Amino acid sequence: MTALLEIRDLHATVDSAEILRGVSLTVNAGEIHAIMGPNGSGKSTLAKVLAGHPAYTVTGGEVLFRGQNLLELAPDERARSGIFLAFQYPVEIPGVSNSNFLRLAFNQTRESRGQEELDPLEFDELLREKMKLVEMDYSFANRSVNQGFSGGEKKRNEILQMALLEPSVAVLDETDSGLDIDALRVVATAVNALATPENAFVMVTHYQRLLNYIEPHFVHVFAAGRIARSGGKELALELEEKGYESVRAQSGSLAGASEASNG
Amino acid sequence: MSTIESLANREYKYGFTTDIESDVIPRGLSEDTIRLLSAKKDEPEWMLDWRLKAYRRWLEMEEPDWANVDYPKVDFQDIVYYSAPKQKKQLASIDEVDPKLLETFEKLGIPLDEQKRLANVAVDAIFDSVSVATTFRKKLFDAGVIFCSFSEAVREYPELVKKYLGSVVPVSDNYYAALNSAVFTDGSFVYIPPGTRCPMELSTYFRINNQESGQFERTLIVCDEGSYVSYLEGCTAPQFDKNQLHAAVVELVALDNAEIKYATVQNWYAGDEEGRGGIYNFVTKRGKCAGVNSHISWTQVETGSAITWKYPSCILLGDNSVGEFYSVALTNNLQQADTGTKMIHIGKNTKSTIISKGISAGRSKNSYRGLVKMMPKATGSRNYSQCDSMLIGHDCSANTFPYIEVLNESSRVEHEATTSKISEDQIFYFQSRGIPSEEAVSIIINGFCKEVFRELPMEFAVEATRLLSMKLEGTVG
Ligand SMILES: Nc1ncnc2c1ncn2[C@@H]1O[C@H](COP(=O)(O)OP(=O)(O)OP(=O)(O)O)[C@@H](O)[C@H]1O
Ligand SMILES: [Mg+2]
Repeated sequence: MTALLEIRDLHATVDSAEILRGVSLTVNAGEIHAIMGPNGSGKSTLAKVLAGHPAYTVTGGEVLFRGQNLLELAPDERARSGIFLAFQYPVEIPGVSNSNFLRLAFNQTRESRGQEELDPLEFDELLREKMKLVEMDYSFANRSVNQGFSGGEKKRNEILQMALLEPSVAVLDETDSGLDIDALRVVATAVNALATPENAFVMVTHYQRLLNYIEPHFVHVFAAGRIARSGGKELALELEEKGYESVRAQSGSLAGASEASNG
Repeated sequence: MSTIESLANREYKYGFTTDIESDVIPRGLSEDTIRLLSAKKDEPEWMLDWRLKAYRRWLEMEEPDWANVDYPKVDFQDIVYYSAPKQKKQLASIDEVDPKLLETFEKLGIPLDEQKRLANVAVDAIFDSVSVATTFRKKLFDAGVIFCSFSEAVREYPELVKKYLGSVVPVSDNYYAALNSAVFTDGSFVYIPPGTRCPMELSTYFRINNQESGQFERTLIVCDEGSYVSYLEGCTAPQFDKNQLHAAVVELVALDNAEIKYATVQNWYAGDEEGRGGIYNFVTKRGKCAGVNSHISWTQVETGSAITWKYPSCILLGDNSVGEFYSVALTNNLQQADTGTKMIHIGKNTKSTIISKGISAGRSKNSYRGLVKMMPKATGSRNYSQCDSMLIGHDCSANTFPYIEVLNESSRVEHEATTSKISEDQIFYFQSRGIPSEEAVSIIINGFCKEVFRELPMEFAVEATRLLSMKLEGTVG
């Protein structure tokens, strides 16, 4: 069986600084992965490189999505083919209403999948339903995209988009950070509701508490631009207890640990 | 940043030239030129005198240089002041118009022949110096509305023309208005009788075809008591390496309880990426709210021209009169625009609103310049101004020059201004949701301009949206 997502020895730079230094990770359909690791270790960079952010240059390695070279696709093509990134810091887009934005994104994706587009009324119905799922008030549909949203509201809006677009691989970059306990439960409920044997989730997080709600199959620890250690969900507990020091100490000798990650 | 960069801009699709036999007078400007031009147009004596008076004033005036634009001096002796397609003297109907002209306007999206014309929009089509056709004449005539070329108005309605011509923009108002008064060749004339709501949109479409000619048109719209009209002006020109001068004057008069909505979608040729060629658009547009409760609103979408220099203004003379200015000015490549408005409050309880949206891309320069003046007797008057600029890329500039003078105690003026940029991260956000970057720019721009677009008649709002995205194609990668 081909993996859904296969990252092999990925290297990437930004403004000529090397941030990713050989990331390897295999994600199969039906899996939930958690990525943890210290600030600045390159987690968001990995997420943005996967989504195709133009500021990053891939200098080595490859990424296969369903066996196809992902890196040669434009960011919007990646999205339409089923890669989704929930941003750590979603941007605000003044003047563009959330519902218009969502409908456009939704219909673009449908169209590329050969499905019929929904007209504004049909879409509105679907939108209401999905907004209920993430417990978001309908008034957010008429506001400008993310403009003036609180940190937690922005994160919910990301999950709303994920729920609408139904991606094959969703990368959630610290979607749990800054969430109150109710919001955390909402995000977890949404992810659990959306998870199927056909799709996969990669969740970047700093906190064990998210993993109480969403059980990962694998936990990876990022350090200095690569995966330094991988394990099951008990690794998250160990990190919670001991911090990243132990990982840092071992990271030199653990090159290649990621290959074993999906054991 | 790696991707906010230019791809090639889409070609200007109106840049073609029509090969048609024209009646052209030799280049150069003198009293003789004006006499010749007036004779060609069969004008009455009073019109020629008016022109000559203007010309003599113009000779005494200095070319102004206060706008935030740079260009080499215009050589007024190197311009052709009259160029008209040869055609039979009087046309009984539009079907007699030279097929080449009909074809030209059809290619521009302005079909003039009976079957294809735009539903519910009457068009006056102006080609170089003359009006070649006016549609829906019968229907308008039945409603009592006069809509014809300026030349025809001079012949057929001399009393109305004499009464209102120059009543809003006097001959000596400014350098280019004086020049226009001396040499204007054609334009549109509208008169809406008292208590009449014009049954359809009126529109003038200006086309410059001759490479050597300037275009100096004159539009006069008079709305009598309690009447209403909505008017739209469109313009394009072929692509030449040489700059061409367009110096128009538009005068609007609204009497008691009358309302005039005037909209422009300006798409003159803007020059190439290196700034070669393009139209110098130096235009005087002014409306007088002469009567009580009268209402004039200017809406403009300025996307073309190498240089745009214009300030559609309102003189709020009648008590409780209302003036509005809604503007989108887009500049790309090496275009320069210095545009805005003047709201002169003279009557009591007058109100004005200014919404200006400037979008600069490439290496262009975009300035808003506006004056709000509350005269001593304009008690209880209000103005609200909002001037927003959006920058695309790093090499363009945006400026705002608001001038405010309040000469009484009870009036209030509010001014807000913002500057924003389309960031790479915003575009990426759209892309990461499956929306291509070009579409992202167009949606952001549309959102930015929506307060202005909603003032346009429906079909033109769609056109304006399309035009902006086309002009911005390739500015964000
Ligand atoms: N333009 C840049 N030039 C140089 N270094 C950069 C640039 N942009 C990001 N970096 C660096 O790349 C590193 C990785 O950043 P990244 O955002 O991927 O970290 P992270 O693991 O997501 O951290 P956090 O847990 O704080 O979100 C950081 O040290 C950051 O400073
Ligand atoms: Mg991060």
